Amino acid sequence: MRASSEIALLIEHLDVRFGKGEDQVHAVRDVSLAVNRGESFGLVGESGSGKSTVLRAISGLASDWTGRIAVEGEALGPKRTKAFYETVQMVFQDPYGSLHPRHTVDRTLGEPGRIHGVANLDTRIVELLRDVGLGPEFRFRYPHQLSGGQRQRVAIARALMLEPKILLLDEPTSALDVSVQAEILNLLQRLKREHGLTYVLVSHDLSVIAHMCDRLAVMNAGRVVEEMSVDQLRRSEPSHRYTQQLLRASLGYDRAAVDALETFD
Amino acid sequence: MSDQALGRSARPGLRAWLTTDSPTSRWQARCVQAYLGWVGLARNPLAMLGLAIVVALVLAAIFAPLLAPADPLSQDLGKRLLPPGSPGFLLGSDELGRDIFSRLLYGARVTLYVVALVVVTAPVFGLIIGTVAGYAGGWVDTVLMRFTDVFLAFPRLVLALAFVAALGPGIGNAVLAIALTSWPPYARIARAETLTIRNSDFIAAIRLQGASPLRIVIGHVMPLCLSSVIVRVTLDMAGIILTAAGLGFLGLGAQPPLPEWGAMISTGRLYILDQWWVATMPGLAIFTVSLGFNLLGDGLRDALDPRSGR
Amino acid sequence: MTGGTGKPLLEVDGLSVRFPTRTRVVEAVRNISFSVGREKVGIVGESGSGKTMTGRAVLGLIRPPGIVEARKMEFDGIDLRSLSERQYREIRGNRIAMVMQDPKFSLNPVMTVGKQIAEAYRVHTKASPSEARRRSLEMLEAVRIRDPERVYGAYPHEVSGGMGQRIMIAMMLIPDPDLLIADEPTSALDVTVQMQVLAIIDDLVTQRGMGLMFISHDLNLVASFCDRVVIMYAGQIVETCKASELHAAQHPYTRGLLASLPRVDQPIERLSTLTRDEAWKTEPGVDARVL
Repeated sequence: MRASSEIALLIEHLDVRFGKGEDQVHAVRDVSLAVNRGESFGLVGESGSGKSTVLRAISGLASDWTGRIAVEGEALGPKRTKAFYETVQMVFQDPYGSLHPRHTVDRTLGEPGRIHGVANLDTRIVELLRDVGLGPEFRFRYPHQLSGGQRQRVAIARALMLEPKILLLDEPTSALDVSVQAEILNLLQRLKREHGLTYVLVSHDLSVIAHMCDRLAVMNAGRVVEEMSVDQLRRSEPSHRYTQQLLRASLGYDRAAVDALETFD
Repeated sequence: MSDQALGRSARPGLRAWLTTDSPTSRWQARCVQAYLGWVGLARNPLAMLGLAIVVALVLAAIFAPLLAPADPLSQDLGKRLLPPGSPGFLLGSDELGRDIFSRLLYGARVTLYVVALVVVTAPVFGLIIGTVAGYAGGWVDTVLMRFTDVFLAFPRLVLALAFVAALGPGIGNAVLAIALTSWPPYARIARAETLTIRNSDFIAAIRLQGASPLRIVIGHVMPLCLSSVIVRVTLDMAGIILTAAGLGFLGLGAQPPLPEWGAMISTGRLYILDQWWVATMPGLAIFTVSLGFNLLGDGLRDALDPRSGR
Repeated sequence: MTGGTGKPLLEVDGLSVRFPTRTRVVEAVRNISFSVGREKVGIVGESGSGKTMTGRAVLGLIRPPGIVEARKMEFDGIDLRSLSERQYREIRGNRIAMVMQDPKFSLNPVMTVGKQIAEAYRVHTKASPSEARRRSLEMLEAVRIRDPERVYGAYPHEVSGGMGQRIMIAMMLIPDPDLLIADEPTSALDVTVQMQVLAIIDDLVTQRGMGLMFISHDLNLVASFCDRVVIMYAGQIVETCKASELHAAQHPYTRGLLASLPRVDQPIERLSTLTRDEAWKTEPGVDARVL
C-alpha cells in the first residue's frame, strides 16, 4: 500500500454517463485506479471501452460523473479550477483537430500563458518549441503548414506551457505514421524524464502501452477488467481471458487464434 | 526581358516577405495569409470583375463631386428629357432637366450609405446572437432562436411600410427596416457553424486551459464563422440594394430630390415608352452593382472555403 | 506462391500516376512493377507512399487531371489501359472487387443492407429479385453474420463497424470476383474485430482461389496475414519479399520501419527513428513481379 502522498491521481468508483433518458450511455462503470507520481499508467481497451471517457471525466470535459477523483490528494468537484489546469493537462488524439486552424503556433502556445499570467511569455514560447524539437521558424506558422508529427509536437508544447505535473494522453500517436509515432513516443519519454511528469496514456495499441508504461489497466465495456504491470503483460501472465485475447490479437494475425475469439459484452 | 528582370528585382524583398514559409511575426503571418487569399481570389476572373465593379461604386461615391459634370439637383426645364449623347448630358436628362449621369454618381453615395449601414449592423448582430446561441446551448439557445424566428417572419417591405407609417419616410428608416429583417439568416449560419465547432478538440483544448466562454466565443468560434458570414453578406448585398431601390420606388426610402436610384426609376416610369433612358439608366446601375456583388461573393466563397485545398 | 497456374492474375509493369497542379507535377506513383497471382499480396507504405493510388489506378478510378501510364497493366489477359469507362464498369465490381476502409462511407445510408447487396448482385448477373435475395442471405452467412435475415432488413447506421465491413465484403464478393483489392479494410476496426474480419477474407480468398491485393500501413499485420509483401516509399517499390522473410529485409527503409515499431514482447529503451535518405527517391525501384 503506497503512502497516499505518492499517489498523483486517485479514482474511486467512477461512473460516467452521457445523455439523458432512453438514450443514456453508461460509458464508465465503477472504475477505480491509482496512478503513482512519476509513473506512466496505461489505459488500454477497444473502442467503446470507456478509456477516453475516463480522461474526459478527470479533465472536466465530461460533466455527468459520480465517484471520487483526487489529484495530488485533493478531491475534485464538479468544476475545475485554474490551479487544476496548472497541474493536469491533456494531449488529444487528432493532431489535425486539436489546433485551431486560424491561429498561429505562437498564439496557440501563448494563449494559456496569457490566461494564467505566465511571465516572459515570449522566451517561454521559444523555449517550449525547442523542447519539443521545433525550431523558431515554426513559431508563426499555421497548422495547415505543419505535418501531422509537427502538429502533435505543438500540441505537446501547449500542454507543457503551464508546467503541469500530470499529462493525460489520449491516443497521442494513433493518427500518425509509424515512423512519426516513434519520434513522438521518444519525445514523450524524454519530456517525462526531464520534467518529472506523470503520464496517463490511453491507447488501443498494446505495443504502445507496453513500450511507454509501467503499469496498465485493461478496460472493456466501461469497466476495468484487469490491472497489471507491463512486466506481467510481457510474461503473458494476464489471467483474464479478455486481456489474453487482446494480447494475442496484438501480436499479429493468426488464423488458428481467431476461432478462439469471443465477444465480451 | 531586362525590364521584367528589373521589375522583379526591384521588389524581391516584398514578394519574398509575402510568400515566406516561416514568418517572423504575427503581423507578417497575417499578411502572408491575406496575400495567399488574394492570390486565390485573383485567379478567378469573374470575381475580379465583381471586385472591379464594387471598387468603381466606391470610387464613384467618393469622387462624385469631381466626376460629375453637373450639379445633380440643378433643374433646367428647357433641357428636359434629352436623349443620351446630347451635349452636356452623357446619359441624357430627366423630366426636370437634371443630368442623369451626375445623378447616378451622387446616387452611388446613397446606395453605398445603405449598404454600409446594413453591413455594419445586421451581420454583426446576427453573428453575436448565433455564436452565443450555438455555444451556450440549452435554454439560451432556445430563447435566442425563437427571438430570431420572430424577426425572420417579418416581410421586409411590410415592415418598412409600418416604420414609415410610424416614423415618417426617409432613407434612414428604410435602412433600419432592412437591417432589422436581414440579421436572422446570419444568426442561423453562425449558429450552425458554432454547433459543429463546439465539439472540436481545439475547443476542448482551450477549455482545458481555463479559458472563459467569452474568450472562446470571441477568439475561437467567431473567426471560424466569419468566412461563411462574409460570403453570405456579399451575396445578400444585391438583395439589399434591390430592396432599398424598391422602397425608393415606392416612395418610402429616399425622398426627392435625393438622387436615389430606385426613386429615379419610379419617376422615370412615366416616360418609359418614349424616353426610355430616364428609367433604364438607373436600372442598369442597380443591375450592374448587384451583379458585381454577386460575382465577388461567389469568388470569396471559393477563396475562403477551407475545404478548397488551401 | 503464384497459385501454381503460372501466369499471374494481375500484372503491372512501369505504372506511374501523376497529378499536374498549378505549380508542379505531383508524382504519386513512380514506375512501379508488381504482380498478384492467386495469393495474398500486401502493399505496405506510410501516407504519401502511393499505395492507395496504385489500387485506384488498377481499378481505373483515377480521373483527369490525373495521368495514369504503364508499360503493361493486364488483368487475366485483358489490357486495362485500353478499356473504356463502360468496359471498365463491367470488370470493376464483377471480376475485380474493392473493399475500402470505412463502411460508413461506402454503404448507402438510405437503403437497407439487403437491398444494396441484392442490387450489387443483379447489376452483374441479371438475376431475379428472389434469386438475388437468396444469394444475398447466403453471402451474409458466409461472412459469419449470425442473424442474416435481421441484418438484411437493417440500415447501415444500425450495424456496428465490424459488421458493416463484413457486409461490404459480402457485397463485393457476391459476384464471385477473381481479384480483391482491399484498401485498409480493417484499419478502422478494433483489434479483435480486425482479426475476425481478416479471417473471413482469408477463408473466402482461399476457398474461391481469389487473388488479394491488401493495401495497408500496418507492417506487422501484413506480414502475418499475407503471403508476399511489397513495400512502397515515395511512390516507388523499395523492397519485396515473402512475408515470412520480412525480418531479413534488406532495404534501409524497411529495416528502419521495422526497428521503429514498439513491441509488446520486448522492452525497447528508445525506439530507433527513421532517417530518410533522399537517395531513396531517386533509386530505381524494385520489380515485384513474380512471373
